[in-house]
Order: sequence, then C-alpha cells, then structure tokens
Amino acid sequence: MAHTMTKREGEAAPPSRGAIVALDFGKAWDYAAAPESPDHVSIDPKYGLFIGGRWVTPRSGRFFPTINPSTEEVLAEVADANAQDVDDAVRAAREAYDKYWSRMRGADRAKYIFRIARAIQEKARELAIVESMDGGKPIKESRDIDLPLAAAHFFYHAGWADKLDYAFHGRRIRSLGVAGQIIPWNFPLLMAAWKIAPALACGNTVVLKPAETTPLTALLLAKIIEEAELPPGVVNIVTGGGETGAALAIHPDVNKVAFTGSTSVGKRIQRAIAGTHKRLSLELGGKAANIVFADAPIDQAVDGIVNGIYFNQGHVCCAGSRLLVEESVHDVIVKKLRDRMATLRMGSPLDKNTDVGAINSKAQLARIRELVAAGEEEGCERYSAPCPVPEKGYWFPPTFFTGASMSSRIAREEIFGPVLTILTFRTPDEAVEKANNTSYGLSAGVWTDKGAKIFYMATKLKAGVIWGNTFNKFDPTSPFGGYKESGFGREGGRQGLAAYLGVE
Amino acid sequence: MIASRGVSTLEDQSDIGETGESLKCDDSVSYSEGAPAFNADAPRRGGVGSMYALFAPPAVDAVALEERAASLGKRSLKGETKLAGLRLAVAMMDLTTLEGKDTPGKVNQLCEKARIPLYQDPSVGPCAAICVYPNHVVTAKARLAGSSVKVASVATAFPSGQSPLDIKLADTRRAVDFGADEIDMVIDRGAMLVGDFARVFDEISATKEACGHAHLKVILETGELGSYDLIRKASELAIAAGADFIKTSTGKIQPAATPPVTLLMLEVIRDHYYASGRRIGMKPAGGVRTAKQALHYLVLVKETLGDAWLTPDLFRFGASALLNDVLMQLEKQRTGNYQAADDFSKD
Amino acid sequence: MENKEASRKAPRGFERDETSESALGTSGASGASGVEVEHTSSGDILLMKPYDSANVDARVRVNKAYKMFIGGAFVRSESGRYFQVEGAPSEEDLGADPATVNVPRGSRKDVRDAVLAARSALVSWERRTAYNRGQILYRLAEVMESRRPELTQSLVRGGETPAEAASQVNVSIDRVVFYAGFADKFFALLASSNPVAGPHFNFSVPEPMGTIGVIAPDRPALLGLVSTILPIITGGNTCVALAGERDPRTSIVWSECLATSDIPGGVVNILTGHANELAVHFAKHREVAGIDAWMVDPNLRRAVESEGADSVKRVTTRVPMDAEAWSNERKAQGLGWIERFLETKTIWHPVGV
Repeated sequence: MAHTMTKREGEAAPPSRGAIVALDFGKAWDYAAAPESPDHVSIDPKYGLFIGGRWVTPRSGRFFPTINPSTEEVLAEVADANAQDVDDAVRAAREAYDKYWSRMRGADRAKYIFRIARAIQEKARELAIVESMDGGKPIKESRDIDLPLAAAHFFYHAGWADKLDYAFHGRRIRSLGVAGQIIPWNFPLLMAAWKIAPALACGNTVVLKPAETTPLTALLLAKIIEEAELPPGVVNIVTGGGETGAALAIHPDVNKVAFTGSTSVGKRIQRAIAGTHKRLSLELGGKAANIVFADAPIDQAVDGIVNGIYFNQGHVCCAGSRLLVEESVHDVIVKKLRDRMATLRMGSPLDKNTDVGAINSKAQLARIRELVAAGEEEGCERYSAPCPVPEKGYWFPPTFFTGASMSSRIAREEIFGPVLTILTFRTPDEAVEKANNTSYGLSAGVWTDKGAKIFYMATKLKAGVIWGNTFNKFDPTSPFGGYKESGFGREGGRQGLAAYLGVE
Repeated sequence: MIASRGVSTLEDQSDIGETGESLKCDDSVSYSEGAPAFNADAPRRGGVGSMYALFAPPAVDAVALEERAASLGKRSLKGETKLAGLRLAVAMMDLTTLEGKDTPGKVNQLCEKARIPLYQDPSVGPCAAICVYPNHVVTAKARLAGSSVKVASVATAFPSGQSPLDIKLADTRRAVDFGADEIDMVIDRGAMLVGDFARVFDEISATKEACGHAHLKVILETGELGSYDLIRKASELAIAAGADFIKTSTGKIQPAATPPVTLLMLEVIRDHYYASGRRIGMKPAGGVRTAKQALHYLVLVKETLGDAWLTPDLFRFGASALLNDVLMQLEKQRTGNYQAADDFSKD
Repeated sequence: MENKEASRKAPRGFERDETSESALGTSGASGASGVEVEHTSSGDILLMKPYDSANVDARVRVNKAYKMFIGGAFVRSESGRYFQVEGAPSEEDLGADPATVNVPRGSRKDVRDAVLAARSALVSWERRTAYNRGQILYRLAEVMESRRPELTQSLVRGGETPAEAASQVNVSIDRVVFYAGFADKFFALLASSNPVAGPHFNFSVPEPMGTIGVIAPDRPALLGLVSTILPIITGGNTCVALAGERDPRTSIVWSECLATSDIPGGVVNILTGHANELAVHFAKHREVAGIDAWMVDPNLRRAVESEGADSVKRVTTRVPMDAEAWSNERKAQGLGWIERFLETKTIWHPVGV
C-alpha cells in the first residue's frame, strides 16, 4: 500500500468561507452483515392464554397471527381472548390475590420477583432476539436497552416488596387487588416489566394484555413466571386486540387499570370506567420538544437529537419529535444532523449493526406516510436519510422536516415514527412557550452548556420528564409519566408505587 | 509549500471573527499578558483569535461524548470487514520505539518489522512509519531506503516539552536534517493548563516552520490536560497553528489514547473541514494494544469523518504492542485458528 | 449433642478427649484408640487422629487452615499468632475439622492492613451505581443460599443447635436480600429537594462516610456480622470487621461466601482476634471514619468512644442484643442502620438564564 502524506497537496483549494463541505460516508470500508442468530430461539407455532398458572386454549376458539414486520412472515399464532377468557383470567387473579399474594410476607414476594429478574437476565439473549423479530426493533436496542431495563425493573421493585412502609412513612398503605394492565407494542417486554413488577411488589395480582402486534415476549415472560414457580394466578397473560383490552378495562372485578398507549384510547378507557371507582393510571402520547441552545455541546446535542427521535424508529411516546433550535445554530445543526444520519444503518433488526429497524406494523407505516405527506403538502422541506429500503417488510427512513411552523400538522400531531420536525426559537422564553404549546406533556430535552439554564427551562417546561443534555434515558428509580393529555400516574421510583397502592 | 499553506489557512480565517471566546487578540496586543514571563522568546504571530472561528462552540459534554464513543465500539465487524480493517490498521501504524535503551540494533529490527510485518503474507503491510528519537533517524532512514515506510521523529523536548523554544526548534531542525519525514512534536501542557494558549499556538507554528517539508504531528498529551474542554481547545489551537496531524499522547502518560478523546479530536477535525475544506489527520497513540481496539478506532473514523479519512495519509496508530495482536488476528482470519504469541516476531 | 453442649462450656484445649472420641468414630477411621498428642521437634503440638489398623484404607481428611479475609485474600496474622477454638466434629458433620482448630489472632498491624485494603476499595465501591451494588449484594445472598449447609455446620460447631443454626442462616440470607433491595432505594428516601427561598435549586443527598470499623457481637456469630456489615456496605462504605470471639470460624466460612460472590476485594475485610486487644486500634486509626462496636465491657466501649474522638469518628458502641433480637426485623435491620454511616451533602445550584 503505497501512500504519502503529500498526496494532499493535490487537493482542491479550500472552498470559500461559509460553503460547507460535505463528508462522504460511502462504502470505503463497509460493515458486512452481522446477524444475531435466532437458531436456539424456539417460538411455539401456537400460544394459548396463561391463566391461573396454566396454558389454556381460549374459550373464543380464535387465534390470530403475529408477524415479523421486517419480513412479513408469520412467527406464531396467538390466542384471541374474548370477554369470557378475560373473566377467567380476572377470577384466577382474584383467587391468587385472596389465597396467596395479599397474605404473603413482603420479603417472600420480593424473592419471587427477584427470581423473575434473574431469569430475564439468564434468557436475555433469547428474549432480545424474539423482541426484535416480533416488533422490528434493532437487536442492538433490544439487547442493550429493553432487556437490561426489563430485568432492572424487576430487580428494583423486588426490593420494594418488603419496604413499602419506608416508601410511605407514617401512612397506612394497602394493596389494591387485581390490576388489569394493557401495554403497547413499542417496548413489549419492557412495558410488561414496568407494569407487572410494581403491581406484584405492592401485593396486587395481574392480568396483562400485551399489544396485538407484539405478544411474544410477554408470553415468554409468562413461561419465566411459570418456571419461577409463582403461585398460580398471580400473573395472567391474555392476548388479543382492542376488544380484549376493553373487556379487561371494564371488568367489574378489576380494581386497577393501567394503560400505556395512544391518547385516544386512553381517553376511551377513562370514559368507560367512569363511576366505577377503579384506580387508573395512563401513560399516553407525546410531542416532546428537544430544545437546543446555541451554547450547547453541539456534537453531543446532534447525537442526542438522533437518539431522541430515531431510537426505536421513533416509536417512543417520549420521543423528541419537535426539535426546537436556537436560530443562530439552526444551519449548523441541520448540516451535522444530515451527516450523522448518513451513517445510520436501516435494515434487518437482527443485524447487530442495524441502527434503525422496521416499522412495527403496516397500519403504523400508513400513519407515518400520511403525516409525512401532510408535512410535504404544507410546504415543509423534507430530508430523508439515504438508506436503502429492503424489499419486504415495513420501512421508513429517518426523516426530518425544516421550514415547519408551530401550526404545521407535523408539529402538533404525534407521528410515532422516525420523523423529526425542526423549528427555531430566539430566546429561552420563546422556547418555553413553543415547547409548552401542545396538549401533550410527557417529556422535554434541553441542551446547553449552562447548568442554570437547564434548571430554568426545567422549571418552566410543562412535562413529566425533563432531560438535560441527554435524552431518552430511563431507569427504574426514576419516575416516568406525563402532564396534561400525556396521562397521569408515574411509573418507576417511589412515586410509581403509589399507582398500585391505597395510601392514606 | 505545506508550511506556507498552514500560514495562509490561518490568514484565510483571520477575518472570520470572534466567537465569544475570552481570548481576544490582535497584532497590537500581547496576548500573553499576565502569563508567566518564560514566553518571552515566543515569536509573535497575528490573528490568534481566528483559531476559535471554528464551526462549533467548544462546549463538550463528557457523558454524552463517552456514550457515543462507547456505542461505536459495539459495531460488529466480521469476515471481510474485519480483514480489511485489520489490514488497514497495519498500514496505518506508526511502529514506535521511544526508550532510553533504544539502540541502532533495535531500530533496525523495528524497521524490518515495519517493512514486512508478516512474512507469511506479503500482502500485509508495510506499516505507515516508524517513530523514533532523533538520534535514530539516520539509522532508520538508511534501513528503510527504497521502502514506502516513513520515518517519524519525536522532537521539541519529547516527551515533556519543558525546554526553551530555541532548543525545541533546534531539536526539530536536526531531526529534519537527519532525514525525518514526519515530526511528532509535543505541546507545552503547562502553558495550556495556565491558559497561555498563545504560547502554545506560537510554539506549534514555529515548529511547523522548522519542519520545512516534514509533516507535523502535534501531540496534545490529552492525559495531562484534565478535561475534554481543554482537549478540544488544544486540538483547535494545534490545527489553527499549522498541524498536519493532531495526536493524543506521547505514550509516556496514562491515560493515553481513549475512544472518547479520539472521537472528540475527530469532531474538531470535522469542524475544521466544514469550515475550511482542509483535511487534518488524526493519530491516537498509546493504549491501543489489541486488534479489537484498533477496529473500534477505525469505526470512530468511519462514522465521524467518513471515507476520505480511512487512509494512512489521514489516520495513524501510534503503537508498539498493537502490531502483533493485529497480525495474530489476521492469521486467525486467514487460517481459522487462534494463534500463539511465539509464532510472531517480537521486535 | 449432649457432648456438644458439654464441650461448649469446656475450656479450650486438649482436655475434651471424650468428645473427640465419640465423634471420631464416625469420621472415617472407625475405632477408638483415643487422641494422641505429639510434640514435634519444633515444639508445635500436633493433634493426631485415632488410627485403626484394621482400616488403613480409610480416607485421611484434609484439614483446613482458617485465615482472615483482607483485601479479598485469605491471610494469616502478620504477627504469626493464633488462638484455638473447638472444631469438634459431630456425627452429621461430614466435613469435619479436627477437635481443635487454629484461628489467626489478629494484631494492630492486621487492623492497619485491613483498613488500608478497605480504603483502597472505597473509591470504586462508592462510585458504583446503586443498582450495581444491589446486584452484587443479591449475588452474595445467592452464594450464601448455596453454601447454607456449610454455614449451618459451622454454626453448629460453634455451639448453636442445628435448629438455631439453620434459622440463623435463613435470617442472615434474607437480611442480605433485604439490603440488596435497599441499595438503590435508601437514596430516594434520605435525599431531599429543599425549597429554599430564592432562585436556587437546592438538594441534599446522602453519601457514604468511608471506611467503617465493626466490632461484631459474639453471638449470633453469622447474623451479627451480616446485620452489622451489610447496611454499611449497602450505603457505599467499605468495612473492616472484627468477628466475635466465640465462633470466629463461622466468620471465615462466611468470608468464603464473600470471596466467591461478586463483592470486590477489600470492600469487606474480616479479622479474627480479641476485641479487648484490637478495638482501640480501630478507634485510633485516623482512616477509619466510623465505628459500630458491640461490646459488653463498659470500659472497652468508653475507650473506643474516647479514642475515636481524635479524628472525630462517628462512633456507636452498644451492648450486644440478645440472640433473638438479632432475628427481629424491626430491631436488627432497617433504613436507620444504613443512615447511621452516611453523610448528607447539600448542593446549591442557580436557576436562571
């Protein structure tokens, strides 16, 4: 390999100031495919319902397919629970509550929950692969984020089971009974962990309904719960679609409803259970502002923007989908963002180098396309990363819009996809005003080198989670949840326990 | 020509203006006011403030930087990718010996290793350069005559840089006179830490002039600078003062090169490229010991600066122990078997 | 068991021939030729096992050398001194010790070495995430669970009844689990955000004190150690503990649990020896930030408190609780046990643009 440093003398003359030279992220040294092998993962062809510690065929007699959104192949048939099945599950949960779980010492409940945590760690690889196959998320994320966090949530809440008196010192606490939990498809196993772990720690029993498009890891979790020898009926998993969820939410013997999903469904649930004295917690949509000041650590902010919106294909309720940039650094940010996006790799979720996986479902892809079309129609300027799109499956390349205004539809509606809307501001108060100018209030990000400004912004932003110089960080010790139409109740931390306890 | 380009770049930028940095300098002001008197010998150059007229403000968030560097370490490199990366790493290597006990014998052996790193596979190598003390430049030049392997010499009172400028410049000129193709200078970290940035700048640009046709790599010794912010500042300073390469470390101080430090320096190089179109090279040195680490660095380059920098012209590894590990991995890829250390020459 | 009970009260040494004899009959070589005492040329005394010529093929046991646990390594006392405790094997006791075992008699310099080890381990231990510390402590519980027979056996040899011993091991393991689950929670319970009257964000957070010395109660041998050490390390401190004198061997068996768990070397250091010799050296060592001492002797308690004043140590000395109280969750575990060895740090930060 002959080379000399003097080769550079032949370079073109430096361009005039102001002209920004593009970098070339080509194929000079491309990464070969690095697929995570699903060989030792076994997915049953058909799954029943996990009720009362047993696997049962649904009374409905119906099954529905769950597919791999990156290949459109059917992975398994899953039971479609009807109201009777839900009733069975709630009965089993009630019996388990009365017979075992509400009477057990907290320290013993803790040990069961620790067992679940350990088993998740032991089976992490398998669970991550199935998560990526069923939901389309990159294995890198299911392996490094979903799985460790799911285990951590069980670990964390296991520790609370015998310490609830400390959490609410001097106050009388009681468990609620049977919790009906309905979770979304964006973090299937992690959301199951967020729901089940605190419910169990607080002495409740559970009927959980995973999302229609991503039921598999919840069913594998049921297997773990079975192997952990939890008393039968303490956790029941019923699969199905919207009707199954509705039957669970309105079941008269469910004491507590916990829902994570869209704001529209959340509103329907809230209305449906009105007057029943059921306890309710809702974690709904968002349209988070990610605010970048001119004095921000720009390179890290660009990484944070990418992580904020393209993480998990943007299927994140707290995604930083509205980028608010101080006008003086708008061009710089956009330039750097484009170069950064040029390195994003979209493709097989099981490839360890994939950064952006498949869109979770055909329906969601249609929704994203509709909103992106709306953005284009409104005259916003679209940029999509030059990712090759696989032939099969549901894909949408990382995309952003510039030239949008606060009144643009893409600046107001939750897209739940890898689509960023870029807006500008001039002063901190203008940023606050724009950030809060939404019916949502789940999260926000602030990027500045000045600590006092982070706290100033955090004080003024109306959102449940504020990230300063970071984004999309989650931890079981940190309460998560929204203001306004992003829902109520918190998950994680001491505050999260209150959602599953009567505290006087 | 190169030296003059360094200066002209500087002049090109001098009208870009301030970016709010506290250092405000022009020709008429001694920007070293309040700094220790030992910089009296520093030649004055104009437009120092321009070195901050770069693309991004210098704020660096350590946590996010380290996260990004670590996440790039998770790329999975297999088969052809790994092989090509390892070959590239060999070709990018500045094989280094910088010891008090260096002798012509040792240097000659190192030269041979650089020329033909793996006799079993002549397509591997040669290395980019060997890096020695000035006293061994003549030996190395003679031994490497006719090969593409460059001879790099450390200079400017390596490794501490704690000598008067005239000594440092003499050190540099002698190394160049001996035939060094590349000069690896050290900055005065003490001056950097007390905020005497002008002194650092001036020493670099004076050394650049002293280099003549030799290329200049500027060693920041990041392990002594204490913060990413100061590393960023030193990188910008070095580039503005005429560095062809910026380099992390002497190898004598821990920590030496790390992925986040390297990523940060690559980002400064990127900003400079955005602003000027000029490509500056990068050399992590010290602490890169395994093939796996080397590939991690290549990923940092690929995903920060892109294809153009994936060449020995613009990226080097300063290392001694690294080569054999890379060779072992290459042989492992070729034969399918894990290798034994004793099968590789230990020069 | 009667023999066992009797021997517990017997003076230590070689006088317990009948005890040894009855047990020795089952320990491999059956026969009852009695215990032979042999003096070697160097003056050491070797306790020989009875030997039945009819069964020369019987397995000869490998005796274990019991050592202190410092910096993750098992070491003898630098002083070379030892003291002896009963090792009387029982019929159920398959891994029998000889009738008497030697235990290191820790010295002032051993205290010094252990404090140094604990101090060196502090930086990385306190900087670990709370979650990581919790996981590591939970791992200790797992290791203890799998070594339950060994721990129980050791307690029985130390004089507990099998039922007492089993119960003590159970409570000890549960206590480790309790603190494992507390590692990432006490912070939220003890920290506060303080609404100061002004444009400042003000918060107070707990921080570990540093290296803490423990003089463990004599009884219960295992639960006393676990109950005192676990809250200290849960809080992010490192620890040097002097095991109770009555059954120091169990502390060494437990150290083997520590050594095979994921707890980094130096976080917990266990010395054996005499409290009346060593307690004041804990108190005098300026690198020791706090002391939790359980001692009967009021003069010793006063001496420890008084010597601790030189470096303004956080010293608590207490009269040991009775054995049952240590099993009581309300009395022998809780947030207060963690809080005792934490500092509070208050941070002011402006809010503004």
